[in-house]
Amino acid sequence: MSEEYIIKQLSIFSENKAGKLAAIAKIFLDAGISIQAFYIAEANNFGVVRAIVDKPEVAFEAFAKKNYVLKYTDVLAIKMNDVPGGLYEVVGLLGDLGINIEYSYGYRTKDYGALIAKVENPAEAVEKIKNSGLELLPAKDYNF
Amino acid sequence: MKYYNEKIETMPKPEMEKLQYQELKQLVTRLYANSPFYSGKMKEAGVRPDDIKCIQDITKLPFMRKTDLRDNYPDKLVCVPKDDVVRYHVSSGTTGKPTVVAYTQGDIDNLWTEALARSLVSCGIGKKDVLQVCYGYGLFTGGLGLHYGGEKVGATVIPASTGNSERQIELAQDLGSTAIACTPSYLIHLLDVAEKMGVDIRKDTKVRTAILGAEPWTDEMRKYIYEKSGIVAHNIFGTSEISGPMFTDCSELNGIHIGADLAYVEIIDPETGEQLEPGERGELTMTVLKKEAIPMVRYRIGDITSILEEDCPCGRTSPRIARLSGRVDDMLIIRGINVFPSAVEHALLKNSFLTSHFMIEVSREGRLDDMLVKVEIKPDAMTDGVNGLMEMQRIAERTLRDALNVSARVELCPPNSLPRFEGKARRVIDKRVM
Repeated sequence: MSEEYIIKQLSIFSENKAGKLAAIAKIFLDAGISIQAFYIAEANNFGVVRAIVDKPEVAFEAFAKKNYVLKYTDVLAIKMNDVPGGLYEVVGLLGDLGINIEYSYGYRTKDYGALIAKVENPAEAVEKIKNSGLELLPAKDYNF
Repeated sequence: MKYYNEKIETMPKPEMEKLQYQELKQLVTRLYANSPFYSGKMKEAGVRPDDIKCIQDITKLPFMRKTDLRDNYPDKLVCVPKDDVVRYHVSSGTTGKPTVVAYTQGDIDNLWTEALARSLVSCGIGKKDVLQVCYGYGLFTGGLGLHYGGEKVGATVIPASTGNSERQIELAQDLGSTAIACTPSYLIHLLDVAEKMGVDIRKDTKVRTAILGAEPWTDEMRKYIYEKSGIVAHNIFGTSEISGPMFTDCSELNGIHIGADLAYVEIIDPETGEQLEPGERGELTMTVLKKEAIPMVRYRIGDITSILEEDCPCGRTSPRIARLSGRVDDMLIIRGINVFPSAVEHALLKNSFLTSHFMIEVSREGRLDDMLVKVEIKPDAMTDGVNGLMEMQRIAERTLRDALNVSARVELCPPNSLPRFEGKARRVIDKRVM
């Protein structure tokens, strides 16, 4: 089943101004949310804050209550070996599988690295990746 | 040549009032017979053409407003046979519908061009001059209006239109322009461009006169322009509803002469509609006495000004109006184009992803007006990708440009981030320093 690998990421609209990110961080804090991975895409005057958190529904509620515009986005996490070429191995194989990465960001735990990827059709991508030798990290590792 | 039409321009006041009365009487009689719109208004007000017995009786007549043009879009106010209409100009309206103005040949020749010919001569422009018209040509009235006026006085006209500033300077140098017609902010921009190009307006060009209008400006700007370039800047007034740009100040540079046989000018209290005395400030209201296709009677232009009492040393007997000092409504003028916040709202709401919570910030970036529209997006419009949001911004900018005929930047904002208004909305922050 592909669902167990599909991670709920929050995409939060924010103005690109001093203090706005702090306001967002404060909402996470007040709601008792732990952030697993985090990335900001910026345009001229606004940005989209993307965050993977332990309790996405609780976080969503907290932001909605404060009149933030946000939505869930499905992303995948693929394990990377923390060695030179780790990224190349993963994205090379994804390329071979014909999976286009719309955007991605990486992070590392003390044991391994991981690539968070937004792809066009996550369910289909999961099936392809599962048989490719790459290791998908299960959603329960992120969204508890 | 001192006057273009000396007899009329210097006609003693009592004689002129008789002429104005005759024109008004004819106009009202024609409207009563041919304009379902205005005859309806007259009947409502209980006034008949017979009730007009002198020019002062004009106060018995009902007002017209810009919304009348919108409500009768596109041509329900035209009261001549369709075949007699020779041109349309179109400007942006108060909401979605633009304002359409129709002209007969008489409107163009005997009213608009006549007015401009007199005005240009009063600014010292004649046969020997080369007039570079840098107002937009097209639906906007500025370009074609000045063009016809310039040709009428025998000047050589360069239909340069707007934009391409370096080329404008080259044209002025190569073709020997002596006068230039444009918005005040654009002239100041051109002076900066000339400076960057190493062109000294005084030495390297023959430009000595400017006809500036379509946006608010000040005597300080006039002084700045003169000191920087030696160009004497005249002020021109008009709106598309009365034809387009028509009336200017004279060599005295003190108030705009309103050709009295062409238009009857009143200043009214915007609250009560009462006519005010010369010298008192109020809303400019104009009756165009010679208009055929779409007559405008007691048209409330919305600009705030006063009638100057003293006779003008230039010898013209026509009344003069002081520099406009504001608006009775929230109309903005951006790079010479009229913009109503209501029209901005109307345009924004064509996009399903936007709300009606918006703010307009106007500034002068360098020398040109910059309009920024901040608008809150709907919560369900959120996309994960920046591209999707940028696309929304571009679409919103396009709808604004299409609706207003002037470009504006759009900034998407989260819900509840912009001010809310309990009484009258104050959506405009104008940071321009004139």
